[in-house]
Amino acid sequence: MWQALRDELHPQGLEIVTIALDVDSEAARQWIEQTKPNHPSLIDSAHRVDELFGVINVPNGVWIDEEGMIVRPVEQAWPERDSAPDWQKMADSPDIPEQLRETLQLASQIVIQPKEYTAALRDWVTKGKGSSYALPAQEVIRRSGPRGQAQAQAAAHFELGQYLWENGKRDLAPRHWREAHRLQPDNWTYKRQAWSLADPFQGQSELYDSCWVKDVKKIGAENYYPPLNLSPTSAK
Amino acid sequence: MILKALDIDSKDFENRTGWTIKPEGACKGEVCVPLAAGTASGAKLDAHMLSERLGMPLIHDAEAKVWCLGPEAMGRALTTAHAPELVLPDYQGKQFHLSSLRGQKVLIVTWSSW
Repeated sequence: MWQALRDELHPQGLEIVTIALDVDSEAARQWIEQTKPNHPSLIDSAHRVDELFGVINVPNGVWIDEEGMIVRPVEQAWPERDSAPDWQKMADSPDIPEQLRETLQLASQIVIQPKEYTAALRDWVTKGKGSSYALPAQEVIRRSGPRGQAQAQAAAHFELGQYLWENGKRDLAPRHWREAHRLQPDNWTYKRQAWSLADPFQGQSELYDSCWVKDVKKIGAENYYPPLNLSPTSAK
Repeated sequence: MILKALDIDSKDFENRTGWTIKPEGACKGEVCVPLAAGTASGAKLDAHMLSERLGMPLIHDAEAKVWCLGPEAMGRALTTAHAPELVLPDYQGKQFHLSSLRGQKVLIVTWSSW
């Protein structure tokens, strides 16, 4: 998905690192092998970037400058694509399994901003610190998302669940993941990861209180990815 | 970080959380938090003390006999704008250090197979 943009911007000094959030790292590995990327393609089975950077969904992007300073914290990050999937058309198709129809309808209402995002990225790659999209440290911290006791506990419960899952105690994982969901309801990687292990369509299962369709309806599909804040100031 | 016991090797703690143990306390970027008297780099660190001083939740799974020390709860997901070190395997199993890209601009971006 990022290869074309990486090939365009790498000669100007940008590296793109893709990070797969997958408890089932073999599933991620198979996807990556098919695309044979020439940029670092990492697998984060414990969703460690949620804890370290404040990631809450996929795709989320973070910019880091030459000195190792974060200049844009977590936000939706989409490359431009020649052909985006037509979710509505897929939802209308008679061949679609019934349990997927509502998911596809909601997917068609999700708002993403690939044009704005890639324009900002190109501006930064060209101008560096002179780009108005590269934010000062205080603003980076301010925009990085809340981390109170609830969010910190959610990270700990998710990690503990993942550890148990990987170490032959799979039956003990869901109760920690349920806690993570309850404590940080706007973290979609914790939710979708757990739901997907219980049901490939991320539908309602006995293990979890909710599912993708229910939770997206609750907030409204148009709010699934918070809009990019491309203003250089704190005013929002 | 996952714990089998409540005394933590300070190097493990530093590598995993990005907090460094210095004479003035635990430091991350420009933020330093005083720790209990007698705490030193290279020594064992008490999980309860770290939990209390840094606002890190310490949770326990009694059945599995394992603990997890969560990240610091200091208000925002990032305590500093200094990028934390991130070490993860690439898809061929080789450990990759995010810091190896210093000197270049970097976009890290998440995705998943689910």
